[in-house]
Amino acid sequence: MDVKEKIKNLINENDVCLFMKGTPDSPQCGFSMAVSNLLKHLNVNFKGINVLDDEDLRQGIKNFSDWPTIPQLYVKNEFVGGCDIVKEMFEKGELKKLLEEKKII
Amino acid sequence: MALPVDEIKKLIKESIPDASIEIKDLMGDNNHYAAIIKSSKFNNLSKIEQHKLVYKSLKGKMGNELHALSITTEGK
Repeated sequence: MDVKEKIKNLINENDVCLFMKGTPDSPQCGFSMAVSNLLKHLNVNFKGINVLDDEDLRQGIKNFSDWPTIPQLYVKNEFVGGCDIVKEMFEKGELKKLLEEKKII
Repeated sequence: MALPVDEIKKLIKESIPDASIEIKDLMGDNNHYAAIIKSSKFNNLSKIEQHKLVYKSLKGKMGNELHALSITTEGK
């Protein structure tokens, strides 16, 4: 399976998918930790995908989203943003609203 | 590898000439920055598209030479 298919499957099979460095329990980068913690704070059940385990995926997700940095958050197949956008949305209450609208929380 | 503030500003200005840019070097190490960028080019764009414009102006340096640049964008 090529990496694009693999990413499509991951975001199809998981309502909330966070491509990150490290895991939700052991993040390896401050930005990944920040987004992971916000999701935990909102009691979101999410799938953390450690791109450090898979170099193809690490590059692949950047190409797939046309976005140069990790973490990247997908909700119901839709790219929500990286750390800055997710943080800003959280502060404005928009992240909670989005997750409620998508029936995640 | 590090990218100095002036270089970042120059790159952004080349693609987004009307941008007003404020950059803080968070750790004093030329490697961890926070930028606030305002431009009329951002008007009516989604946040994702706004950030993509900034990333594109940095010509592939984001995620490479430039590890940590947090971005806040606003229209004007």
